[in-house]
Amino acid sequence: MEMPYIVEPRPDTGLFNAKVGIWLFLASEVMLFGALFSSYILLRVGANSWPHGLLNVPIGTFNTAVLITSSITMVLAWANMKMGNPSRSRVYLGKTKEYHDKFVHYEVRLVDGTVADGHIKERTPDFAIKGFKSEAGSIVFEPENVLKGNPGESMSDVKARLPAKERYEEHGQRQEMKLDASQIRWICNYVPRHSTYFAIYFTLTALHALHVFGGMIVLSYFWFQNRTMGRKNPERYTNRLEVGGLFWHFVDLVWIFLFPVLYLL
Amino acid sequence: MSAHTHDDVRNHLKVYIGVFLALLIGTGITVYAWTWHFESVTITIGVALFIACIKAFLVAGYFMHLMSERKTIYAILLTTAFFFAGLMYLIVWSREEMPRGTRWHTGPNTSSQIQNAQ
Repeated sequence: MEMPYIVEPRPDTGLFNAKVGIWLFLASEVMLFGALFSSYILLRVGANSWPHGLLNVPIGTFNTAVLITSSITMVLAWANMKMGNPSRSRVYLGKTKEYHDKFVHYEVRLVDGTVADGHIKERTPDFAIKGFKSEAGSIVFEPENVLKGNPGESMSDVKARLPAKERYEEHGQRQEMKLDASQIRWICNYVPRHSTYFAIYFTLTALHALHVFGGMIVLSYFWFQNRTMGRKNPERYTNRLEVGGLFWHFVDLVWIFLFPVLYLL
Repeated sequence: MSAHTHDDVRNHLKVYIGVFLALLIGTGITVYAWTWHFESVTITIGVALFIACIKAFLVAGYFMHLMSERKTIYAILLTTAFFFAGLMYLIVWSREEMPRGTRWHTGPNTSSQIQNAQ
């Protein structure tokens, strides 16, 4: 039995079924991200202090450019199918997948389960601490083995400069530091448990990354389908690409707001 | 958009490339505007969100083809916009409507309180 309206549009809506379906899905996604954005607003206006400059803006900008580029390659993949050019469409779809990979790599590569590598500025050696714990009205700071670097030098620069055996040296001040809790105005670590900012940051970016990952799976499937359905039933395949593309552009659209909100404001 | 023909799409290719370049430039302007350091937080947020809205319009309008869509899609989006606006209004309402005799907690460590303690 042939499913109706997967290629030709329905007379009442003027659209094929999957297109109505994806727009309804995107409407629910708007509300999902809207709820999280409103949570962000409430958390931010209710906070006594809000950290600035912790995230690496150049890498965030690069990620934005990667995502925008993947959007244009997605559009070109669809346009080439419309123009009866499945081979070129496959090439552009492959490029879209490649940009997805790059974006995911930078967005969700987590180190030690706490720091998103490349996203959060590396800690300066002078202030590196492993963690802190509360003890009867005091806060105890545990120092961390750190790389010795010059002021302003990034961790990757230090790693590149030093030979392997010298890379990990103990910091001069290895003793635990104990401070009375009343002396501390504000304390934060790069984990959601210690920071409202990082709680909402990881929630928003992780949800976004999940969407990117989902999009990547779907577009990879379409990439394989290009040589089968793309040749045998190009109209149906073009519709599929359009629906997948709509989802991908929505993910891009969400990032357009996430980037200034989380990185710049 | 479903009705777009082969020639329509071919004519639109330059538009897509133009939108892509505009989005890249918009991203650059967003980051550049961030370095201006406005005195007012409202202006900073306003500028960043204004540029983001233009970029979102370009993506939705051209890449997602909302400039030439069917009424069904607009109806779905209008309904979404209504509920989204309601959601955001609830946030403003929750900030403004305080029970009598209460005020927002500003935290124990405001600078004036620290000075008083000293």
